[in-house]
Amino acid sequence: MLTSINPPPRCPRIALLLGAVGVTALLAAALPELTAAGEAVVAAAASPATVEIDNFAFAPAALTVTAGTTVTWKNDDDSPHRIGDKNGTFTSAALDTDDTFSHTFAAPGEYPYICTIHPYMAGKIIVKPAGKMSSN
Amino acid sequence: MADRDDKDLIGAAKMNRRGLLKCMAWTGTGVVWTLSGGVPRTLGLIGGATAAEAPQGTLTFVQISDSHIGFHLPPNPDPRATLTEAIDKIKAMPTQPAFMIHTGDISHLSKEEEWDVADQVIKGANKQVFYIPGEHDVADADNGKAYLARYGKNTNGKGWYSFDMAGVHFIGLINVFEFQPGFKSAGLAKIGDEQLEWLEKDVSGRSASTPIVLMAHLPMWTIYEQWGWGTADAGRALGYLKRFGSVTVLSGHIHQIIQKVEGNVTFHTARSTAFPIPAAGTAPAPGPMKEVPAEELRKYLGIRTVNYVRGKGAPALTDSPLVA
Repeated sequence: MLTSINPPPRCPRIALLLGAVGVTALLAAALPELTAAGEAVVAAAASPATVEIDNFAFAPAALTVTAGTTVTWKNDDDSPHRIGDKNGTFTSAALDTDDTFSHTFAAPGEYPYICTIHPYMAGKIIVKPAGKMSSN
Repeated sequence: MADRDDKDLIGAAKMNRRGLLKCMAWTGTGVVWTLSGGVPRTLGLIGGATAAEAPQGTLTFVQISDSHIGFHLPPNPDPRATLTEAIDKIKAMPTQPAFMIHTGDISHLSKEEEWDVADQVIKGANKQVFYIPGEHDVADADNGKAYLARYGKNTNGKGWYSFDMAGVHFIGLINVFEFQPGFKSAGLAKIGDEQLEWLEKDVSGRSASTPIVLMAHLPMWTIYEQWGWGTADAGRALGYLKRFGSVTVLSGHIHQIIQKVEGNVTFHTARSTAFPIPAAGTAPAPGPMKEVPAEELRKYLGIRTVNYVRGKGAPALTDSPLVA
């Protein structure tokens, strides 16, 4: 798991595809705790883990949390979006403007997801085992 | 009746390329178009000789698409009203269509109350309607369960089906459930193996002279992958259809008319009855064109009439905006 923190193998696809807007938003959202990979990190029971959806992009596109964290997606867009985990473990209903969807990540792992209404929109939740965060 | 129609349409399917181009689509605000290699070419104004002399067809049906009931933002706070106008336009047609097709995104958020409104309005046309879902119709938390329970009766797998009408074979293909990574996007919709296997069997026993109408919500060629305007495995589906003399692919999703000809296959996307979406790549995202002023909106919305003409192969398509 820890080896996957290196940015080249796993973040360029999403970062490049979402373009400048997505990357800027990602970096802005991740500022409080920026890892070497430039991804947002949220510890369980710390500040709420939120992914904002705006301009047809997820921000941050990659969010790292510890196991047990509840992640909330909020749709700030004029268009509806729907969160669909590629492995089928979590899917939201269509989120209209200002709707939110939350999912608690109990098990460590990587959870790539897309918007099933606009499947070119992609994001990823990276869940670390609880207690491993401080070793970063 | 059925035999006669079959014969006419069989003859029609054997037409040459020149004949095909002659009776191609006419679209837009009264301008007659023909297509050559995917590039539209204006022939003349409707009311001129070409359109006026088109003989009455053996089969006429209407396509509506992307009614998005539940949408409530600029440029159209009331898609119910514009859908009603579309239905009124159909009711006023001098030659009444045999039936209607709806190529998806009936609802905006896959809600029963949205479909209730759509059904209520569409019922006003008093026609049989064949539906396929758009991604907005399978956006419930249960991955399309609500749509399939309501509209998917007597269909196969996740809602696909086929039927025959006046010698034309219609296929309702579903390309809004499955995705795979694309070359220029994280995910691109696909038809999926199970459905493709069904399609291969569905058309395998049919004469190559049977005219085919393929309905699919997402375009069956890649218009703009960066916005997901394509179907990853469309090529396999079209491979099963290439031996047929006349294949007409009717799609929605992009809320604007784009047409393309590839051999015997003609592709047509349709206008929405709710709101326009920008041309590919001309905006940061494929959201509604909220800047369109109210008095302009209906120029972007419309219905399509499809008319199989005696002695011709490909059907004639007439796209009519909601304003005259």
